[in-house]
Amino acid sequence: MSGAADREAVFPTRQSLGIMKAKLKGAETGHNLLKRKSEALTKRFREITHRIDEAKRKMGRVMQIASLSLAEVTYAVGGNIGYQIQESAKSARFRIRAKQENVSGVLLPAFEAYQTEGNNDFAMTGLGKGGQQVQRCRETYARAVEALVELASLQTAFVILDEVIKVVNRRVNAIEHVIIPRTENTIKYINSELDELDREEFYRLKKVANKKQRDTAAADVEAKKRKELLEKENETPDADHATGPTDLLAAEDDQDVIF
Amino acid sequence: MASQADFRDRQFLAVIGDEDSVTGLLLAGIGHVTAPPDNQKNFLVVDAKTDNSAIEAAFENFTTERKDIGIVLINQHVADRIRNRIDTYTQAFPTVLEIPSKDHPYDPEKDSVLRRVRRLFGE
Repeated sequence: MSGAADREAVFPTRQSLGIMKAKLKGAETGHNLLKRKSEALTKRFREITHRIDEAKRKMGRVMQIASLSLAEVTYAVGGNIGYQIQESAKSARFRIRAKQENVSGVLLPAFEAYQTEGNNDFAMTGLGKGGQQVQRCRETYARAVEALVELASLQTAFVILDEVIKVVNRRVNAIEHVIIPRTENTIKYINSELDELDREEFYRLKKVANKKQRDTAAADVEAKKRKELLEKENETPDADHATGPTDLLAAEDDQDVIF
Repeated sequence: MASQADFRDRQFLAVIGDEDSVTGLLLAGIGHVTAPPDNQKNFLVVDAKTDNSAIEAAFENFTTERKDIGIVLINQHVADRIRNRIDTYTQAFPTVLEIPSKDHPYDPEKDSVLRRVRRLFGE
């Protein structure tokens, strides 16, 4: 990962540094939450897969018993009743209803079997003989179908959870491996740019200070020179004094010495 | 993912299987025939003479076209005949469930869902 390339296109200002820091914090919080969600879902998922395995085995047994009771019916009725049953099937007595369950914000549907009252398509089946066997067979198959419905809802939950877990894990990974490093890179970039600006600023200030110092030094020298000059000018009349005769009264004409 | 309203009105089961399985399940009371104009049955009896294309068409009909079916039961040996179609079916609704039949013992290795379970646990 090249540090320069993988960052967001922002201007290195203090404001965007603040934004990036907030973003990093948000990403970390989101990452934590999603990770926890994924863990909760995975836990549920494992439980379901375990139950599916169990239910599939149970289904094998139940179906075996059911087929046996159907064989009994065939034997008792003394012929194949399949055709008759297929023709007389009109309206479903055994129906399912879907309800929902919420697991960490994922809606898992669950089927629930129920039997509608009062319609019986097979009232005439086994009227001649084998009515009892037919009745027993119906009950056995009803139980088998209940087991199947339960298995179906587990399976639906399995398929949905599988998908949701994939999506959540993808998000967790995206945040962990793309968004967080990129935001960190951006923060680093902004910081380095700001430091660079600081250094430039400091250097500039130093330059300015140097120049000011030099200027003051020059001004001092100038002032000193002028002072010396003035002093010299003051001294010259004194020298005249010394050479010539001193008129004390004429001293009133002396210039004021101003420093 | 399936929408909320989608599975509200799915209240029937459908069967694709050999005669015995279908007969038994019909006896339990899952058989349903829709109102006269189209007379659609929710079950299909498959025997040695049934074409694979007919099975596929029924499967297609139960899974994608009809909106009132919540669970599709299919005999495993029938599912084997359209195995590719079943393996690529990944929707949550309706649920496709492979069931054993009288003449063909149940083989968990072939079940598309159980295979996914196994693959997930790295077996």
